Amino acid sequence: MKLTLEIWRQKTRDSRGRFVTYSISDASPDMSFLELLDVLNEELTQTGEEPIAFESDCREGICGSCGVMINGKAHGPEKGTATCQLHMRKFRDGDSIRVEPWRSKAFPVIKDLVVDRAPFDKIVQSGGFVSVNTGSAPEANLIPIPKPIADKAMDAAECIGCGACVAQCPNGAAQLFTAAKVSHLALLPQGQPERYRRVQRMVDEMESYFGSCTNFQECEAACPKGISIEFIARMNRDYLKGSFSGSGG
Amino acid sequence: MSGLSNFYRSAVGKKALMAASGIVLFGFVLVHMLGNLKLYQGPEKLNAYAEWLREVGSPLLPHSGVLWIARAVLLAAVGVHVVTAAQLTLRNWQARPQKYRQREVLEATYASRTVRWAGVIIGLYVVYHLAHLTFGWSHPDFIPGDVYHNVVSGFQIWWVSGIYIVSQIALGFHLYHGLWSMFQSLGWWNSSRPPDWRRRFAQVFACIITLGNLSFPLAVLTGLVK
Repeated sequence: MKLTLEIWRQKTRDSRGRFVTYSISDASPDMSFLELLDVLNEELTQTGEEPIAFESDCREGICGSCGVMINGKAHGPEKGTATCQLHMRKFRDGDSIRVEPWRSKAFPVIKDLVVDRAPFDKIVQSGGFVSVNTGSAPEANLIPIPKPIADKAMDAAECIGCGACVAQCPNGAAQLFTAAKVSHLALLPQGQPERYRRVQRMVDEMESYFGSCTNFQECEAACPKGISIEFIARMNRDYLKGSFSGSGG
Repeated sequence: MSGLSNFYRSAVGKKALMAASGIVLFGFVLVHMLGNLKLYQGPEKLNAYAEWLREVGSPLLPHSGVLWIARAVLLAAVGVHVVTAAQLTLRNWQARPQKYRQREVLEATYASRTVRWAGVIIGLYVVYHLAHLTFGWSHPDFIPGDVYHNVVSGFQIWWVSGIYIVSQIALGFHLYHGLWSMFQSLGWWNSSRPPDWRRRFAQVFACIITLGNLSFPLAVLTGLVK
C-alpha cells in the first residue's frame, strides 16, 4: 500500500509543533497502525532523522497508552478499537492519513504524539479506591453479588484510561473516564462505605482540569471499550445525592 | 468541603440546575402551546381564556396575581438557565486551547451541536414576542385585551410569521437536546437497551410543541384562521 502520512511533530512541551508529511510506499495491509509507525521510524533513523515519538505498551488493546487522533477520530476509523488494534486494511491504497496527539488543556503534548495524561492519575488518587487494610486475599465468594450487578461493574471496569473520551469530546470533558472509575466501585458492596465521598472528590478533581459534559455522546462513540454514558448519569445521580444528603465532603 | 456549597460551583451541579430550570420552562412552553390551541375555537374562547389567566386565583390573590407569580418563576428559571449555560460554555471553550486540525463528529446530533445557538435565538425571540403580543410595542395594530385580533393581524404580516416559524424550529431542536440531556444531568439512565425511552420522550414532546406552535402562524397565513 502507498500511503501519505501527515504527522504532528513537536520537539518539547514548550516548542511550537507542526505537521510533517511522510510518504510510505510499501505498507502491508496486515500491519497494525503502530507497526506502520515503527516502519516509518526505522526509515527515519536510517536517514538520520529523529523518529516519531508515540506511546505504546501492550499492543493488544488493554493498556490504554497508544491513543492518537487519526483522521479526526480518536483511535481511528474502526469502532471499539484502540490504535494498536487498528490494521492498515481498514485504509485504502493511496490514502492520506492525518495523525494528531490528543488535544486538551489537561493533556499537554510532551513530544510529537505523546501527551501527559497525569490528570487521570490525579482523579483516581482523589478517590478511585477502596480503603481497606490489605492482608491475604479474601475468599472470592464471601460476598454474594448478583450477576447483573457484577456484569455492570465489569462494564465500567473495562475502562483502560486511554483518554479517547477527552480527546473526542468537543468540550474536552473527562466525564466518561471518571464515571467509569466511580461506577465500578459504586456498584459493588466493597465500594459502599466511601461511595458519596468518593464521587464528590473525584468529580471535583476532574473539574479542576477538564471541561464539562454537554451530552454530545461523542465519548461513548470514541471509547475503544464502548463504555456507556449510562455511567455518567449514575455518577451525576450519586454526586447530586451526596451533595443534598450531606454525605459527601 | 461541604456538599451544598460545592454543588453550585461544580459543573455537574450547574447542569442539574440547568435541567431543573429547563423543566420549568418546558412545562411553560407545553402549557402555552396547549392554551393557544383556543385560537381554533374563535375570538370569544381565546379572549376569555386570556382573561381567565388574569382572574384565576382571585379573590384569594389580587387580580393578575397568579399571572405575576408565574412570570416571576419563569424569569427566575430563565435567569438560572442562561447564567449556568454561559458559565459552562465559557469553561468548556477553555478546555482545548490548541484546536485540532481535524475532528470528525461521531455521534453528536445536529440538535446537540446547535443547542447553545438555538438558545440564543430563543432568547432574542422571547424579547420580540413579548414586545409584539404581550406589550404590543412592536405591533402595528395592537388592541389590549383582544388577543385573537392581535394574533391574527400580527401573523398576517408574512415576515412576522417568518420570525415565529424560524424561532419555533429552533425551539424544537433546543427542546430535543434539552429534554434528553435533562435525564442524563439528573441521573436518570436507561436501564434497558435501545430503544432509549429518554430519546423517545424528548422527540415526542419536542415535536408536539413545535408542530402545535408552527400551526398558529401557518393557519393565519393560509387563511384558515382570520
